[in-house]
Amino acid sequence: MTAGIDPFTGLAHMLSHAYMQRAFVAGSLVALACGLSGYPLVLRTQVFSGDALSHVAFTGAMFALAVGIDLRVGLFAGCTVVALAMAVLGRRGLADDAVIGSIFAWILGLGSLFLTLYTTHRSAHGGGVTGVTALFGSIFGMTASQAWVAALVAAGVSAVLLAISRPLLFASVDPEVAVSRGVPVAALGFGFLILVGVTAGEATQTVGALLILGLIAAPGGTAQYLSNRPFPAMFLSGGLAVLSIWIGLSIAYAAPAVPPSFTIIAASTIVFFASMGASRVRNRSSRPAGSVDDVAAGAVRGPRSLGVR
Amino acid sequence: MTGFAVLAATGLTWHLGSDLRQLTAYPFMVNALRAGALVAMMAGAVGWFMVLRRQSFAGHSLSMIAFPGASGAILLGINPLIGYFGMTGVAALAFAASSPRGGRAGSREGAALIGTVQAFVLALGFLFVSLYKGLMSGPIALLFGSIVGISNYDVTILAVIGAVTAVVLAVIARPLFFATVDEEVARARGVPVRALSFAFFVLLGVTAAGAAEVVGATLTFALLVLPAATAQRLTARPVLSMTITIGLSIGVTWIGMAAAFFSVYPIGFFVTTVAVAVYVVAAGIEFAARRSGTRGALAVGKFQT
Repeated sequence: MTAGIDPFTGLAHMLSHAYMQRAFVAGSLVALACGLSGYPLVLRTQVFSGDALSHVAFTGAMFALAVGIDLRVGLFAGCTVVALAMAVLGRRGLADDAVIGSIFAWILGLGSLFLTLYTTHRSAHGGGVTGVTALFGSIFGMTASQAWVAALVAAGVSAVLLAISRPLLFASVDPEVAVSRGVPVAALGFGFLILVGVTAGEATQTVGALLILGLIAAPGGTAQYLSNRPFPAMFLSGGLAVLSIWIGLSIAYAAPAVPPSFTIIAASTIVFFASMGASRVRNRSSRPAGSVDDVAAGAVRGPRSLGVR
Repeated sequence: MTGFAVLAATGLTWHLGSDLRQLTAYPFMVNALRAGALVAMMAGAVGWFMVLRRQSFAGHSLSMIAFPGASGAILLGINPLIGYFGMTGVAALAFAASSPRGGRAGSREGAALIGTVQAFVLALGFLFVSLYKGLMSGPIALLFGSIVGISNYDVTILAVIGAVTAVVLAVIARPLFFATVDEEVARARGVPVRALSFAFFVLLGVTAAGAAEVVGATLTFALLVLPAATAQRLTARPVLSMTITIGLSIGVTWIGMAAAFFSVYPIGFFVTTVAVAVYVVAAGIEFAARRSGTRGALAVGKFQT
């Protein structure tokens, strides 16, 4: 309600709160990591892996609480281990649908076990609240140390993603050619899944395990609609995720009854559907048979749909 | 809930007969076993096609979407049934519309849309829970489910949904299998591939919503994916594979329910652990068979042309 008459006064007021500063700094960096990893994830059709990893974050957090270690240790260890397992079990770092699903189902079952262990043995009260926080996040509730760790890890992930972006995008768009050119496609797939795991682990604190996909898949999908050139699209995806966090945080600040996790995801979803609509209209008016993007999709999907593995 | 008091009072003995009698002595437990069997059959049969079509991601998203549907309906004061079937139905149609041409999931655009819709709808659910000040069974309960508190009404609803699902699936099974295994040839032969894809998405949505409402999203997803993935590793014969799936599905559900009855730990943990153990054994058998050169194991996607 304070962001009233003069927008600049409102902005200054909003940013004068320590919790808002933390939310903006940590949130922006986490969103950047999510967006930058989101585009390659969409390009590689690994969104389901991202979905699974974000739920692993919940199980990892519950495990840490159940055995009484630092929450973040559980988050990162859980996500990294499962990302490794999925990469090992899949071909060239692209895990099979049924394999991911099976691991995923078990992870969820383990999550329910750890939640029960935690609520029955560790905490006399508030176990359910902690569970809900892990599922839906609480970006306004971050302590200074949590915000620092999240910001540093996210900055590190973003830097690594930018460093490997060239070979990663090449390997994602055309794995066959990339292999023949000597790009370590399997190692990249491996490393990329681990980066997604770390991203999911840290994003859990901001938007929650259940909603991470909205910061990963939505900007990635949006970027794909807006550009068919991989590099600009990857940066666009990172920028869109950061923008979603800013819009979401501002609206949540102005309307305290609405949780920030919702406004952030709503912002990224609206941007996604708007760009989807725009791209459909554009395709219909100029290119009836489909966009350049479909050609790129054919290049990625073609060999596999012909049965070449 | 009285169920918890009962659970605390029971204990596992070494007499199988008396254990079974104990298990079925309470109406809530009988209801749980009946509901479990219905969910297992539905999820097994629909899940078999889901795994073959590589649509586990859509299946998972649809099972999660039952929660916001229910919480939205409670917030608006309408029947939760309308809430979760409405929400899941809309999402299923959106997924179907976004999948390319005939459409398997696994395309880039389809997957990004499914992920976005899933996250947004869950965020909506969180918003509904935050806005609703009264007592609402929280996201935790809706996610992980519980074996206590399944009423006769729930079982009846499930039986109706199960019967409808079974009939529809029986009608479309042959063309759906054809369209899944070899989309191009099926289209050339005049099989309505796109309509089948729509119908299957709706079927998946109805199954996921009906099951998740009663046993929770975790268990629903586990029963959709695990028995089918296991059976498809063991045999390439469709009817046998489907039979194994349904048998396995009911088996792991009942074992999990019995284990949950005699312990303090949640059913989701037992069912998924038993099912994953069976899956790992099946994967081992398939691996050994492949080593010794035996053909016939139906690895997922082997039907692809």
